[in-house]
Formats: sequence, C-alpha cells, structure tokens
Amino acid sequence: MAKVFKKTKMLTDAHLHYCPGCTHGIVHRLVAESIEELGLQDKAIGIAPVGCAVFAYDYFNCDMQEAAHGRAPAVATGIKRCLPDRLVFVCQGDGDLASIGMAETVHAAARGENITIIFINNSIYGMTGGQMAPTTLIGQKATTCQNGRDPAVNGYPIRVCELLATLDAPYYIERVSTHDVKHVLAAKKAIKKALRFQAEGRGYSFVEVLVSCPTNWHMKPIEALRFMAEETSKTFPLGVYRDKSEGRE
Amino acid sequence: MAKILLHGTEAICEGAIRNGCRAFFGYPITPQNEVPEYMSVNMPKVGGVFVQAESEVAAINMVYGAAGAGVRAMTSSSSPGISLKQEGISYISCARIPCVIVNVMRAGPGLGGILPAQGDYFQATKGGGHGDYHLIVLAPCSAQEACDLTYLAFDLSDKYRVPAMILADGMIGQIMEPVELPPMRPLSDIPKKDWATDGGYGKDRRVLNSLIIKAEELEPHVNALQKTYDEIAANEQRCEEYMIKDAEIVITAYGTVARICKSAAKTLRKEGIKAGVIRPVTLFPFPSKAYERAAEKAEAFLTVELSLGQMVEDVRLAVNGKKPVSFYGRTGGNVMDEEEIVRAAKSALARAREGK
Repeated sequence: MAKVFKKTKMLTDAHLHYCPGCTHGIVHRLVAESIEELGLQDKAIGIAPVGCAVFAYDYFNCDMQEAAHGRAPAVATGIKRCLPDRLVFVCQGDGDLASIGMAETVHAAARGENITIIFINNSIYGMTGGQMAPTTLIGQKATTCQNGRDPAVNGYPIRVCELLATLDAPYYIERVSTHDVKHVLAAKKAIKKALRFQAEGRGYSFVEVLVSCPTNWHMKPIEALRFMAEETSKTFPLGVYRDKSEGRE
Repeated sequence: MAKILLHGTEAICEGAIRNGCRAFFGYPITPQNEVPEYMSVNMPKVGGVFVQAESEVAAINMVYGAAGAGVRAMTSSSSPGISLKQEGISYISCARIPCVIVNVMRAGPGLGGILPAQGDYFQATKGGGHGDYHLIVLAPCSAQEACDLTYLAFDLSDKYRVPAMILADGMIGQIMEPVELPPMRPLSDIPKKDWATDGGYGKDRRVLNSLIIKAEELEPHVNALQKTYDEIAANEQRCEEYMIKDAEIVITAYGTVARICKSAAKTLRKEGIKAGVIRPVTLFPFPSKAYERAAEKAEAFLTVELSLGQMVEDVRLAVNGKKPVSFYGRTGGNVMDEEEIVRAAKSALARAREGK
C-alpha cells in the first residue's frame, strides 16, 4: 500500500503529553516538518521552555537545551552568537514568553538576534492548571480570576506581535492560528518562512501561534476551536506584523 | 615572560581569554564594570563573543546557552547581581554545564554599598541557589592570582562539569599590580566536549536539561553530583600556609584580607608571639586538611573576614573542637588594619591560654 502520510523524522517516537483536543502538538509537528523540509536537521538546536512545552526536548529529534522559565531567548542568544551557522529555534508559551520572560523576549528582539521564536499563545497557564496568563482575554475565567479577567483588577492582555513590531530590528513577525485546517496550513507556511529567514541570516523571526486549551478553558475541543475563531482572534488579530523581505516595516 | 602592570579585573579577563574563554556575557554593576568593558574590547580580538545582556538573569542564561554549546564562557558581576544569577547557576549546576562566574564582592545585604566585603561566602560555597549543589570556588589575593585562578577555573570546571566561581573581594577589583601572563592557549589544545549541544540529529542528538521529573531518576542524579563534589574535595583543596610550622596562633583569612593577616603575623613574631597564616585558595572545596594538621600544634585560631563570620563556620568544622577558634570581622565596606588583627590575635591566644 502506498504511504500517503508519514511522521517527520525531526520528531522522536515519544508520545506527546498534551491533553486531548489541544493543538499544541500540531505546532511541534509543523516546526519539525519545516526543519526537515528545509534540510536543516543536522544544524538544528532547539530550546524548550517551562510550561506545557517543557518536554519538547523529548519530542524534537535534535540537540536540545531546556531553559529556565522565560529565559529561552537568552539561552538562544548564547548558542547562536557562538555558533552562528546553526539553526536555533525556541518554543515558548504565553506565561514563559510574555510574563516572566518579557525582558528576555523584548531584548533578544531588539538586538535582532538571528533566531526563531515560536510563541504558543493559549491565553492560560496550562501546565500549572489554568491560572491567568498575560494573554488571558477580558472576561475569560481562570483559576486566579474566577469571575473572569477584570481590567480594573487584572489589567489587559498583552499583544506581543504588535509590541515587538515597534522595534527596529525584527525581520519577520506574524500571528497565525490552529483552529482549522486552513489556518494550520497557513501556520506551517509562516513557521517555515521564519526558519528559512534565519537560515538565510536575515535576523530575528517570530511567529505567534494561537492554540486551544480545552482542558483549562473548560470546553469541548470543538467548542474551544470555535472560541479561538470567534473570540481569541478578535483580541489577537491574525496577520503579518513585519516582513522585511516584502518591505513591510 | 616579563611582568606587566594590570588592574585586578583585567588580570581576571586575561586569565580567561588565555585559557580559551570565547564568550562573555555581562551587565554593569560596580565594582566590576572594568570586566565587561575590557571584554567588550578584547573578546572580538580573539574571535570571541561579547554581549551586554539586558540583566544579570539574561547574562547567566546566555552563559547556559553558549557553554552548553561547548564554548568556554564566563559572566561577571558583583553581589546583588550574583543573587540575580542564582536561578541560572542552579540550572547550570543540575545540567552539568561548565562555566566561570566572577563575583567581585561588595558590601551587603541589599543594595548595600560599593566598598569591599566578603559577605557572599555562604552564598558562594554552600550552593547559593535552590537545591543540593556546590560550585568550585576560588579566592584570589592578588592581581597575579586573579589571572592564574581564572585560568585554572576553566580547567577545573571542564574537568568536573561543575561551574566555577572566582570569589574576589572589592579590593581585587581596584588593585593594580605587576602580573606575569600565561601564554595564549590554542583552542585545539582544549579537550572536546562529547556532551555539548552544538547541533546534532537523530541518534547523535544531545540534551542538556535540569528537569528530572521522576523521583527515581532525580535522586541518582543528585547523588552523582555529590560524588563529584566529594572527588573535588579529595583532589582540589588548595591553600597557602605561611609560617605555620611552629605557630602558636593561626590566623586565617582569604582574599586580600589574608595579606593584611600576613603583615600582622610578622609583627606578632617581632613581639615574640609565634603567629602563622592559613589562606584558603579554594573555598569550595574548603582546605580542611591544612586546618586538621595545624590543629595538632597550634594553641588557637583566629578567623578574620570582611563579614560578621561566615568562613569561620568552616574553620570550626575543620578544627573540630580541637582548639578554640576566635573571630574578628569588619563589615559595611570597612577594612581592618594590621593593628586590629594583632590585637585580636593576642586576645584570642590569651583566651585560649586561660581556657576560655
């Protein structure tokens, strides 16, 4: 029988630990496929964050470093500056990237480090059990804002793509989603582009990927996807925020 | 090779560069700003990397990345900045990534003051961050030693895969002295690191990690770390013993304070009191053997520190109750003079003789 689909060799055979209905695992696959398709597997060094993707070092089939919470862009900077011909990629969630690691996020971008950051935004702290994230939507419930996020008490969600797009250095910034097949395919395109830009030495590339969290949103998987399409992407509009290859500043 | 006049911080940098350090990450803080300044100029000259990080936290994590990729890497800071690095140092220790951290100590706690102190002894030698771990800790007393010990720190750190700290008091950060520099070591001479994550795929892939979530795996990992510390304690104790053989009173101090103690010992001898000095060069491992030997003959010990008494605890553990151990310390950035030490030594000896 002819094989029409197979797993990329950039992923190990380890079982992903993600909850049923979560789209985080899809993003791992998109990153892994992109690296393989670009033929960069021998040069790849990945950095795992703290949060839901903490075990990413078990999944990506290449050299990996596991960073402290929020510090992945600094770790990536250390590697890439010393080994500029390697492909250095980072996966981080919203708590890791936009809360505890915001300084590292902004400064790696401001320096224009030639690295690729894949930002998983599911608007919640997944691994620790559903606490409010820097990207939790107004009104969205979390275990630390049980009546829903109230701007008067909890402030507003942070739009990271928009924030980073105020900096001069970043080469490529795009926000994509995983709520349906069409958007997953678009996400793949963006991720592959970001990695290619790095391989071409063009500079800092950043892809924010909206991901569902049925477990901590207390929704069925299908409902969670609908919520992303209808609510999450209202607060976090999809699109290209910077692409210097197309002259988009 | 002829000696050249160098600042203590420059001597640290040269010791690093000449033993293959090719990545430096730092953040400004007094009194060690000369280290990142010197590295920003001199790292590029040897094809190395210099990044002024956005924080001490970022700097130590850049070290994690660079050293994890197999490059000899260093960061430098002073007391409050070293506190910020502790998270990273704990991760680096668990992941067994060799690197060198320089602490030019200033007076604390808190923001404290910028004058010399030795109040970070506990933090440096007992772990510092969370979890069961130690660093290799070296304490220079001169610009020459600042160079030599930094050079040595890279070799020891690589050998044991344990991060090393240069624990210098603020005086080292300000002193200028003649230094004989070691020759530049070729990078090809430095042993390859078969664990480094420098880009690999499939069966050849490597992982550096400090998350060991299963209790049955974390315990053996921590036990293996402890075994390494035991080996280090057995093999790497270093100290200077000065006029110890017939000493009635052993004065003990590390760093530049030990130099004042040596002057005090000479003065005491002129007055007919047989004084000697033990100066630990390694603070971890603590050179206990030297104290055990000295405790056989000496009548009393006096520990002198620019703190309210930190190393004295290790001295008491090493002397193990055989002889009385007194303490004299100054803090807040004040440095004792020779006369204060002479007085403290006489009083320590007198108390010992009275059996107090």
